[in-house]
Amino acid sequence: MARILIVDDSASMRNMVAATLQSAGHQIKDAADGQQAFTIAKSDKFDAVVTDLNMPVMNGIDLTRNLRTLPSYKYTPILLLTTESSAEKKSTGKSAGATGWLVKPFNPEKLLATIKKVLG
Amino acid sequence: MEAVIEVPEINTHGGGKDLSLEGIDFISGGDQYLTFCLCQEHYGVDILSVTEIRGWEEPTLIPNSPEYVKGVINLRGVIVPILDLRIRFHIGEADYKPTTVVIVLAVKSEQASASCTMGFVVDAVSDVLNAESDDIKVAPSFGGLIEPNYIQGLVNVGADVVTLLNVDQLVQLDEEGVTNE
Amino acid sequence: MSIDLQQFHQVFFEESYEGLDAMEQALLAVSDQEEADPELINTIFRSAHSIKGGSATLGFPEIASFTHVLETLLDEVREGKRELTPEGVELFLQSCDAMRGMIACLENNTPIDTNESKPLLDAFEAMLANAPGADQGGAPEEGIAKAEDAVAQTFFGSDGGGEPPEDGPKQWKIIFKPEPQILLTGNEPIRIFRELEGLGELSVTAKTDEIPEFQQLTLDECFISWEILLTTESDKEEIESAFDWVLDECELSIEEVSSASASVSENAEQAPASAPVPTSAESENTAESAPAPETKPAPAPEAAAKPAPAKKPAAKASGGESAQSGATSIRVGIDKVDNLINLVGELVITQSMLSELGNNFDLEKLERLSHGLEQLKQNTRELQENVMRIRMLPISFAFNRFPRMIRDLSNKTGKKVELVLMGEHTELDKTVMEQIGDPLVHLVRNAVDHGLEMPDDRVAAGKDETGKIVLAAEHKGGNIVIEISDDGRGMDAEKILGKAREKGIVSAEQELSDQEIYELIFEPGFSTAAEVSDLSGRGVGMDVVRRNIKSLGGRIEIESEMGKGSCIRVHLPLTLAILDGQLVRVGNEVFIVPLVAIVESLQIKPDLVNRVSGNMELYRLREDNVPIIPIYREFNINADNTDLDNALLVVVEGEGSKIGLLVDDLLAQQQVVIKSLESNYRRVDGISGATILGDGSVALILDIPGLISSASQNRRRPQGVRAA
Repeated sequence: MARILIVDDSASMRNMVAATLQSAGHQIKDAADGQQAFTIAKSDKFDAVVTDLNMPVMNGIDLTRNLRTLPSYKYTPILLLTTESSAEKKSTGKSAGATGWLVKPFNPEKLLATIKKVLG
Repeated sequence: MEAVIEVPEINTHGGGKDLSLEGIDFISGGDQYLTFCLCQEHYGVDILSVTEIRGWEEPTLIPNSPEYVKGVINLRGVIVPILDLRIRFHIGEADYKPTTVVIVLAVKSEQASASCTMGFVVDAVSDVLNAESDDIKVAPSFGGLIEPNYIQGLVNVGADVVTLLNVDQLVQLDEEGVTNE
Repeated sequence: MSIDLQQFHQVFFEESYEGLDAMEQALLAVSDQEEADPELINTIFRSAHSIKGGSATLGFPEIASFTHVLETLLDEVREGKRELTPEGVELFLQSCDAMRGMIACLENNTPIDTNESKPLLDAFEAMLANAPGADQGGAPEEGIAKAEDAVAQTFFGSDGGGEPPEDGPKQWKIIFKPEPQILLTGNEPIRIFRELEGLGELSVTAKTDEIPEFQQLTLDECFISWEILLTTESDKEEIESAFDWVLDECELSIEEVSSASASVSENAEQAPASAPVPTSAESENTAESAPAPETKPAPAPEAAAKPAPAKKPAAKASGGESAQSGATSIRVGIDKVDNLINLVGELVITQSMLSELGNNFDLEKLERLSHGLEQLKQNTRELQENVMRIRMLPISFAFNRFPRMIRDLSNKTGKKVELVLMGEHTELDKTVMEQIGDPLVHLVRNAVDHGLEMPDDRVAAGKDETGKIVLAAEHKGGNIVIEISDDGRGMDAEKILGKAREKGIVSAEQELSDQEIYELIFEPGFSTAAEVSDLSGRGVGMDVVRRNIKSLGGRIEIESEMGKGSCIRVHLPLTLAILDGQLVRVGNEVFIVPLVAIVESLQIKPDLVNRVSGNMELYRLREDNVPIIPIYREFNINADNTDLDNALLVVVEGEGSKIGLLVDDLLAQQQVVIKSLESNYRRVDGISGATILGDGSVALILDIPGLISSASQNRRRPQGVRAA
């Protein structure tokens, strides 16, 4: 299936997302902040990136912006995991180049359906 | 040191499919039970609980324990108690011959993190039994030496009867069982 | 979807505790600052945010709604819309405690007690209602409503269960005109069409008239717009949700085509120019409340929360008293793991060298063999040390709670206190750390409560009005030494002695050195009555502190000087996993006596044995009469020798009293690795654990305090009751 990068500073959230995606056969790598994720992304290739917004060192918005500067991530789906459902936050995410968002709390079916949707 | 008798180690993780005990026929379907003898009687335990079968070796005594607790052994760095089923169920003589074996059972407790491992002394291991749930009969409630909660059911094999033991109950060290002695 | 959420609970609890600790520390740091450091505020916010996310997803609504309110407030602080007042800091600090309490309830599977959190929640809501800016009029209710909304929608309990029945399929006409840059966010229109296809029957017509000349054509931009006809039972919201992510970047109109005119009118060109573009408010709405695309019935939350039903009734937990039996985990630095891997590498090399030697051995290679064995010993020792190090955590884990505690104590007592922490990076075994926490709290409380003076008294004594408490840790040999010192009034030896005499702890004529007098405060019954204060006198005396430390194999020392202050030193072993033991033999059995407990081993001189009260035998060891406990009798085993004359006696001490263990033989002294008997068996009286000896056999470790207390009970019992 697909290779997906999960970025979240919360280990439990990371584990949950990873377990859900792995159950659908996806291959997972994870990172605890944007900086780590960016480093991993540079030397690897992923079919999609799922990232938290609020993280230490580098947040999800900056990570998205940085990823979009890499040629190999120009069109890669980037999903923001967020508890903030305000339009303002979403549009910041969008203008940084995020593909879409998933509002926490979410259920595994929704997560899988969304991933399936962006993977086409 | 490891006095494992010549039975290949049973892999409990493969769901019982890749068992290769020599001389034992496998029929698919139903649950599988490892059967063994206590004196002349036949008993069985769920094969998925069996982690290994070892030869008897003298364990280290535990002070002031019930008679059926023979002691503890070192099983690859883990301290495992050895219980003699013959004494516990008052069946036959508890003598220790070269054929005497220890069946090691691991039972997951409700907390998924902990599983309890214990060894049970029996006279000999005999076979692997396939039993559909329809084959398992309720044990008659009269007159056995084994308390009914230890018994999962009875299975007829030819002319013999195999008593299936409830593994979860076997590893219980309830105070009752201890003070009964 | 069968994902067992319980597997994530423990990680969530641990990381929540960590987050709360970080939050608390940041709050304390902020309260000391003139102007709050934005990074600290961010840390506080992030902690609340993570706990909210995790708890909502795992289905802990009480915590989710509580943290939601916290988060909303903190977000305003973060964005500079709200000031963080000292009262606010206090409230946030209290809410850390409240959340710890709630998480502990979850961990122990007890119902959440909202007594503590409810008043805080009310206070926060009052703060929220007191909007920071005029434009925040309706914020509070909205905040709460959202929290409830978020809570209702947990990981499994998704909405979509109660969809109203639709009355047959309808046909919709959708005009979708994306902005050119839509592709740059990874949104492919084709995916949207696929999603729509899942809703019903779809026909898509592309409109290509806006595609520019080839020369101006760029790869990154999209110039195509689409007209879509969709026949579906879904309603408009569901259709719109397919466009959720691109609403800002397109023109979109979704209109119902009346079933009468279902025959498609091919006048795409006449697409209404005034197609209603959703307003941003509306779009937010959709994002908020759009149901999941699929409307499969969600599994009942209760069913999902439980692990998959066991095939057979699972074993009941025997023992039953272990409240926190859940597996705990340790975070280990990657360097420690790398180190282990290196060591294992070396071990493998040594092993292959030795096995090669063994394959083809002759006496000439003896030197190489002994060299190889030496190397193996070295490898093993290093490996052992490094494995132990995995369990080691910096003592800052235990120290971190003190800044907060000192702050509260200082508020309560009116004393001014400065806390100095030293050696926070000193490492200590995790289990020791967990058990030393409470005794340390007691000692620090005591230092503030009894040690330090009120500011006025300090000034009168010529000291700085702020008292100083120093908590320091360092490694000394195989021990860690934790020092709790204060610059307060010091201990009054006269007064302590007077009180001890009054309570009959020491007799009137007994002469004691100052050191011995200080030790009296650890005697049971000393520190209870007289000066019970809110802080220290909580029914736990210093005797409990000393007992706890002793049970960890440690000891405690006091130094004090009148007017200058006191210092209490706690010595603890670095780890509980390894013990220095004396091997003793009784009959065929080998037992291990912890070396720390042994006073001396001696050969019994018959004239020093006295029989009292029937057949209790006492041995005169200088001034003490030491009860003789024959192991063979205690454990009901056969010994070589049951005669006391010239027999071997191992005198051990614990909890202040001594007993003599009668054994057949003294064997080697060695370090042993402690293994649990209880993991597969149960507790055994007189035995604290087991170990594996060099020959692979098991030996049991004697529980000295247990043997002593059972000996003293037997003494009180009438003879003959104990048959064994």
